[in-house]
Amino acid sequence: MIDRRHIGTEMAPFTVEVERGRLRFFAKATGQTDPEYSDDDVARAAGHPALPVPPTFLFCLEMESPNPGAMRELLGLDYRRILHGEQGFVYHRLAHAGDRLTFHQRIVDIYDKKAGALEFIMRKTAVSNQRGEPVAELRCVTVYRNPAP
Amino acid sequence: MTLARALPDWNALQVGDALPPLQLEPLTRLTLALYCGASGDHNPIHVDSDFARSAGMPDVFAHGMLSAAWLGRVLTGWVPQSSIRSLDLRFTAITQVGERITCTGRIAEKLDGLVRVQLQTANAEGLVKLAGEALIALPCRDHS
Repeated sequence: MIDRRHIGTEMAPFTVEVERGRLRFFAKATGQTDPEYSDDDVARAAGHPALPVPPTFLFCLEMESPNPGAMRELLGLDYRRILHGEQGFVYHRLAHAGDRLTFHQRIVDIYDKKAGALEFIMRKTAVSNQRGEPVAELRCVTVYRNPAP
Repeated sequence: MTLARALPDWNALQVGDALPPLQLEPLTRLTLALYCGASGDHNPIHVDSDFARSAGMPDVFAHGMLSAAWLGRVLTGWVPQSSIRSLDLRFTAITQVGERITCTGRIAEKLDGLVRVQLQTANAEGLVKLAGEALIALPCRDHS
């Protein structure tokens, strides 16, 4: 069982710069044909200061942590037993290419189902920009498949 | 040049109305490789079939967050992104190479200045892979 004393733990915050090239690459990889997400002129004509960060790319930026495995290591989880169960986003304002976003992650809950065969870790991450303005809150539920006893 | 898309009128929307759907080509390994690089999710289970088999899977399979990005496209194809208040996703089944995925959304509820939209990706047989919902802020125009 994952030690419940980790509930409430805050991870070390980190800051990531939003790179324009990554946004264009993400648009290509996800089949995004709307030029608002890949063409600077179109983005500016739509009122953006630079290319906008699309709705789910904040999750990718969160993976740019200096140690993406920090929570896994803290909880002692085996990589191959981890599944992504749920992902949520609450949006406060858009982020754009060139922004520097800071991620504050905390473990808000750990619980189990099926007599402990499955454990769930809920992490919430507050994202703010270089002006200290809130951008979004991410909610990630990781499912951990425990080995049969 | 495309103009900023107009916001739908809250008053004109009905529960059950469908958003413009997104019909994708059959999923290729190239798309998985591109998403691996673009997303920064380098888990080999999505791009290295030798690794996938060693982990007990028959083959590589799609990143759940790739399907999530497609649902993001359904929303931003319908309203300006700044109208999206929240997006919640539940991963229910694996999306396999070769599957032809359709992404759909419909109005589930009208709230004060908001609509709740139900979203899903499903294969050609209708099996749901990713289920989600979003809250969208929309203006209530005065028709009087």
